[in-house]
Amino acid sequence: MHMADALLSPAVGGSMWAASAGLLAYSSSRLKTSLDDRRVPLMGVLAAFVFAAQMINFSIPGTGSSGHLGGGLILAVLLGPHAAFLAIASVLAVQALFFADGGLLALGCNIFNLGFFPCFLCYPFIFKPLAGETPSKGRLMTASIVAAVAGLQMGAFGVVLETVSSGISELPFSSFVLLMQPIHLAIGLVEGVVTATLLVFLHKARPELFGAVQPDAEPRSLRPIIIGLALAAMVIGGGLSWFAASDPDGLEWSMGKVSGKEELAAPENGIHGTLDSLQKRIAFLPDYNFKEPAESAQTEAAATEAKPEQKAEAWPNVNAGTTLSGLLGGFMTLCLAGVAALVLRRRTTGKA
Amino acid sequence: MGLDTALHEIRRLDDLAAQDTALHRLDARAKVLVTLAYLVSMLSLGRYEVSRLLPFAAFPLLLAVQGGVPLGLLLRRAALALPFVVFVGIFNPLIDRNVHLTLGPLVITGGMLSFTSIVLRSLLAVTTGLVLVAVTGFDQVCRALGRLGMPTALLVQLQFLYRYLFVLADEALRMLHARVQRCAKNSRPSLHEYRALLGNLLLRTLDRAGRVHQAMLCRGFDGTMPDLRPTSRFGLAEWRFCAIWGLFLLAVRILNIPQHLGDLPLYLAAKAGGLFPGVLK
Repeated sequence: MHMADALLSPAVGGSMWAASAGLLAYSSSRLKTSLDDRRVPLMGVLAAFVFAAQMINFSIPGTGSSGHLGGGLILAVLLGPHAAFLAIASVLAVQALFFADGGLLALGCNIFNLGFFPCFLCYPFIFKPLAGETPSKGRLMTASIVAAVAGLQMGAFGVVLETVSSGISELPFSSFVLLMQPIHLAIGLVEGVVTATLLVFLHKARPELFGAVQPDAEPRSLRPIIIGLALAAMVIGGGLSWFAASDPDGLEWSMGKVSGKEELAAPENGIHGTLDSLQKRIAFLPDYNFKEPAESAQTEAAATEAKPEQKAEAWPNVNAGTTLSGLLGGFMTLCLAGVAALVLRRRTTGKA
Repeated sequence: MGLDTALHEIRRLDDLAAQDTALHRLDARAKVLVTLAYLVSMLSLGRYEVSRLLPFAAFPLLLAVQGGVPLGLLLRRAALALPFVVFVGIFNPLIDRNVHLTLGPLVITGGMLSFTSIVLRSLLAVTTGLVLVAVTGFDQVCRALGRLGMPTALLVQLQFLYRYLFVLADEALRMLHARVQRCAKNSRPSLHEYRALLGNLLLRTLDRAGRVHQAMLCRGFDGTMPDLRPTSRFGLAEWRFCAIWGLFLLAVRILNIPQHLGDLPLYLAAKAGGLFPGVLK
């Protein structure tokens, strides 16, 4: 469920990066003031633990599928929200850099989706009240399952929002939500059960961990501000990308959606109309692309152009000239890149 | 991906980053900044752009060749990252059926274009990220980010994670091997076994954190990790690297180079047809 670069517009990716960077700076400054350098190696080692644990799968009985620990919630429980947020961010950074899970621009989104929700929302507002001060086994179980499910639902919803507001994918909001949320309900249940069993195990083996680790006598005043800021960033990100997306392409698509026609011959709606008028204007300069061949010789290109010419009224935005030159140009670019790479490789191997 | 393959992949990239080429010697900040500029300018292209994405391939390709990164490795990794992207993008051809281009009987719809665009974007973004690590090294990327203003706490956290990742993953692998040898089957553990495995790994992790902290205090840990390499400067070579790639990015972002290239033969053919009107008839 990592967000991917390819589905992201820079406006959305940038604003999510801004939100995550703000949270990272805030968490770092909180850690600096808490001045407990015992936690520095603990954070690093626990992040490495989560990284390793994510690669170990167990079989889910009766389904044939497998599950593993996600890690956000257990880090929040063991380290407190701020340190956990940094730890998750570091795990995600390693995954993005070495395994291309997500990507560099999408890293901001991923830190927000997988870090902010479990650390700053689910842990303090769901897990803590449910688990209470001296958690019993049952309370730990319920608290971690509910918190994990909630965290993953929010994360998945974040992915949907970011994808839809980027406008690169055509998947409409409603179907994407219907696709993502149930899948992540299942994943969240597994995550919750695993976190719960681990916490119960730890609670038996090291009860002192649960009282001692979190120096959370924090003044609560800043948290709502930060959350507000982050949400504002999300809204702004969504808004910005909406404007960025309202070039003719995005508009055309939404107009097409509204009119409900995806048929090929739909010259009336949206951009087709404007393109149609454009076509009419261009038609005053006949054969814009192939001036000379149309007058005189029939080159190969002009021959292919002739066919759509007749159907120009049905498909006003179709132009064989653009198609052909686009394809040719793409092919030539590839060849150029290949030749350049070959030459460079020969030079570097020649030197070595 | 299994734990051992994951470790292997990380070490593979580490080995590549340990090479000594002109590109490796460049200050990491230059490479990080240009990579970010690359991602923003590439991903900001419209969603129907396919041919305009192609010139962007020059950046990872040239860097890979210059830095001695095998292209096969990059492509294999890039393919691994595709499933989620394809899963989300595969709906584009089904939903968007407006015809954008035709070539004889071949009809290309907007959905086909945008799907191809998504796949291309993914390949380019992934290979570029991997090339950055392979020609810079994780530690240097982190230090570069630190010098560009990333908070120290996060920098130390990243360095710690990277240091102990191998230690803990080895520990986990030893436990998994021990389990396989004792129960004589190489199936996935049940939830019960999993809890015992991970729980013990977690306990050992916590103990190790305590020992590491003691050792660090003995060696005079002051909140930052010492850099073993000499600190590099943002010198002439770095400025040149940024300038050249910056101009390149500007050019391919603004100009439609494939279109111009493709227009050229058509233009020439048209010229030829115009000059010798009878020849081609």
